[in-house]
Amino acid sequence: MNPHRAPMNPALTREMKSLLGAANVLDQTEDLMLYEYDGSVEKARPDLVVFPHTTEEVARSVKAAARHGVPVVGRGAGTGLSGGALARGGGVMIVFARMNRILELDKENCRAVVQPGVVNLDLTRAVEDAGLFFAPDPSSAKSCTIGGNVAENAGGPHTLAYGVTSTHVAALELVLPDGEIVRVGSRHGDAPGYDLCGLFVGSEGTLALVTEITVKLSRKAEAVKTLLAIFETIDDASQAVVEITARGITPAACEMLDGWTLQVVEDYIHAGFPRNSGAVLLIEVEGLREAVEGQAAAIAEVCRSRRAREVRLAKDERERDLLWKGRKNAFGALGRLSPSNYVLDGVIPRSKLPQALQRIRGIGEHFGFSIGNIFHAGDGNLHPIVLYDPRNEAQFKNAMAASQEIIRACVELGGALTGEHGVGMEKNELMTLLFSEADFALMRRVHDAMNPDSSLNPGKIFPLSKGCGEIRIKKKTEDAKA
Amino acid sequence: MTVTANLGARLGEAVGAEHVVCTPEELATYAIDGVVPGAIVRPVSAEGAIEAVRFAGAERLGLVPLGSRSKCEMGITPSRYDIALDMTGLREVAHYDPGDMTLSVDAGMPLRELEIFLKRYGQFLPLAVPCFESTTAGGSIASGIDSSLRMQYGGARDFLIGAEFVDGTGQLCRSGGRVVKNVTGYDLHKLLIGSLGTLGAITRVNFRTFPLAAISGGHVAGFVNCEGAITYRKSVEKAGLTLANLEMLSPETSRMIHAILQREELSVPALEGKNWLVYGSYEGSEAIVKRMSGDLEKIAKAAGASDGETLKPAADESLGGMLREAYEWMRWGAPATVISRLALPEVTAEILTKLSRLAESEGLRGAVLSRAMGIVYLAAFAEEESETALAALARVATGAKTLAVAKNGHATLLHAPTEMKTQLARAAVSGIDVAFQQRVKLAFDPSAIFAPGRVVGGL
Repeated sequence: MNPHRAPMNPALTREMKSLLGAANVLDQTEDLMLYEYDGSVEKARPDLVVFPHTTEEVARSVKAAARHGVPVVGRGAGTGLSGGALARGGGVMIVFARMNRILELDKENCRAVVQPGVVNLDLTRAVEDAGLFFAPDPSSAKSCTIGGNVAENAGGPHTLAYGVTSTHVAALELVLPDGEIVRVGSRHGDAPGYDLCGLFVGSEGTLALVTEITVKLSRKAEAVKTLLAIFETIDDASQAVVEITARGITPAACEMLDGWTLQVVEDYIHAGFPRNSGAVLLIEVEGLREAVEGQAAAIAEVCRSRRAREVRLAKDERERDLLWKGRKNAFGALGRLSPSNYVLDGVIPRSKLPQALQRIRGIGEHFGFSIGNIFHAGDGNLHPIVLYDPRNEAQFKNAMAASQEIIRACVELGGALTGEHGVGMEKNELMTLLFSEADFALMRRVHDAMNPDSSLNPGKIFPLSKGCGEIRIKKKTEDAKA
Repeated sequence: MTVTANLGARLGEAVGAEHVVCTPEELATYAIDGVVPGAIVRPVSAEGAIEAVRFAGAERLGLVPLGSRSKCEMGITPSRYDIALDMTGLREVAHYDPGDMTLSVDAGMPLRELEIFLKRYGQFLPLAVPCFESTTAGGSIASGIDSSLRMQYGGARDFLIGAEFVDGTGQLCRSGGRVVKNVTGYDLHKLLIGSLGTLGAITRVNFRTFPLAAISGGHVAGFVNCEGAITYRKSVEKAGLTLANLEMLSPETSRMIHAILQREELSVPALEGKNWLVYGSYEGSEAIVKRMSGDLEKIAKAAGASDGETLKPAADESLGGMLREAYEWMRWGAPATVISRLALPEVTAEILTKLSRLAESEGLRGAVLSRAMGIVYLAAFAEEESETALAALARVATGAKTLAVAKNGHATLLHAPTEMKTQLARAAVSGIDVAFQQRVKLAFDPSAIFAPGRVVGGL
């Protein structure tokens, strides 16, 4: 299934080398293979990879591709988990890795202007001396780019309190599929006319390429407390989350790791997680000292009332960092158990957490998988992890089928398909579970208003089939160029 | 026969005669900038709204969706206004899960009613917008006017999690959902914020709700000049205190609020002086409120405040309410008034002083209110509606815009005498790529039936 595939034209390769310099163009198969993956289970190889340094170079590259009728896809660090940065239709991949300059820091007014290839954590490092930080903190913060964060509207543990990427974007510079350069939003974040920033953030590179981002910086809180609540059962832990939310306590982060996952993580990271529990909650509260004291006490009380075996408070910065290291590297730790894993991303109303986890457990049992759960419990953003061996086709198919059931369960519980990973080419066929024909018709008109020929990131977000919606079940090499 | 001949009768056939009103008296109350519609449709369901939109589409009529009409004068006069689609008949809470802190409510639900409803569960919606007593949930989203609690809770973009609306093809569309974190599909609901009814008729909005704080407090510090007040405000911002709002009032703004409160036999003594004032409000536990009050006092002294006081609860509530309602009382502050809303990357003493002097130099009263997050309101008041006075008001509005643009910001005209408004608003098309915005407008509303021309640039 490769609806937009166009054969690569040698003339376009020559033109790109002339535009950007040969050192900024890859056209050899062994090089292109490095760009056929991202963090998802998907695979699709581009025909040409280019590395522009400026907005003008992006615009010229896009125009050249358009002249040759070749699709274009943007890519940051390729850490995405829904295939958003894969060249599903082949064509030219524009990699923003070399547009990685912080163009301006206005610490006084909490603003920064960055190129899309700036790594998420590098921005925080550049402003932390002024007590500031860039709030979106996906697990891949050390390597993912801010351009990618914008495309996917990335989240992270602390977006529970601070909001996802769209909250922190004030303005964008964009290159449209015809090479036109436009600006939306404004530095102060309150532009006249429609809120186009709100539209482009999270549009997964299907409307325009982002070439410059003005972000809002947040101020570090004066006090932070990190709690680890240990439960005998995952049901107790999820009931505690429901009660924390219902009591109106909003922690900065509220993460859950189930007992099975914890053992694996602890063996790998030695973060101090218990090896014999049902689940833990890693909860952080931030703010004024007085607020933090009160919130931490209230959370501890809720956890104990929900039969927490122990509520531990991180003694110091070192212990806190270790706990977070365990959380953020948990997916990597699971790689020790299985050749591959599939990290799902579904979202449910927070009050439905216990039911959702029961459904996931049942689905795992039905398909014969151990399904781990490491997720943002505070905002109902689930990340079930299915371990499988991609070389075993039957197992792969079962893993995909189990995953589809889990996402369906999220929707049935009143939730949505994705909380932070995006739709991409992973869930586009499932979009019909949530949206009607009228919804699609409008989304399509908005898409076509910006990207009329679907030359930009084709085959993403919108369902390609007329069927009832399924995660694509395919052989690993389907879609990729032979 | 004009295209609107027998409009009421034909509409009645389409949507049910009981939902259509055409009496001149009623029609007059739906006028926007003096333009009176040909008919009013009052649906009681989304289906009713759909029928009205389909009718307008088929007949190529101009339709303006409306809530309580409290802020109709925002935006430019519609170029075509045949049907007023009054959404106040849709006013149910469609879904509320207190434990989940999410709410789905019909567009016509008044915010005051919603406040009372949520209070029972110890929650609230931080949409503290003017005309709060009458404004509806859908109308406040469409108006896009800023909430005075934006500093702590953000704007509508940060807690509007989904919406349902009728698009220009007469289809009921949905965007977002009822979960607090969601990146499924395009965030089309965010485009509705500030769209002034030009993209669709909002039928339902979904919000994230917030816990009501145990108690709240307010502090006012006075400064003999604007520079001192700015220094103080910046110090407070850098101190990392969690404030619900932090607003600067010019002496005239304080005087006007004081006069209104006095008429209502309420008193906030701090407003009596002739200083620039900075009001900070905060909420939380008793310990937090005490701490905030103490810290603000100390920072104010260090910044050279001439006076400062922690407000008594009643005074705090009065002042907070007046600041939320600034747009409302400013527009009725004189026989002829202009209100400009500036959005600036950085608010400096130089800018605020220049804004204050703009009105003064024209012999007019001028009030400045500098909100958190770079929002500044400038109101100029003329005591008569003479040509000379109107010309002076126009120069103030133009001056405010020029200043905003020079400082890399922009200014929106929120209120002005009608003739002047249209003229000034047309001249105000800068800092906006109209052709690009038009693509969005036409995607939502291909036949351009919704409130044509209401948004800057003729969208």
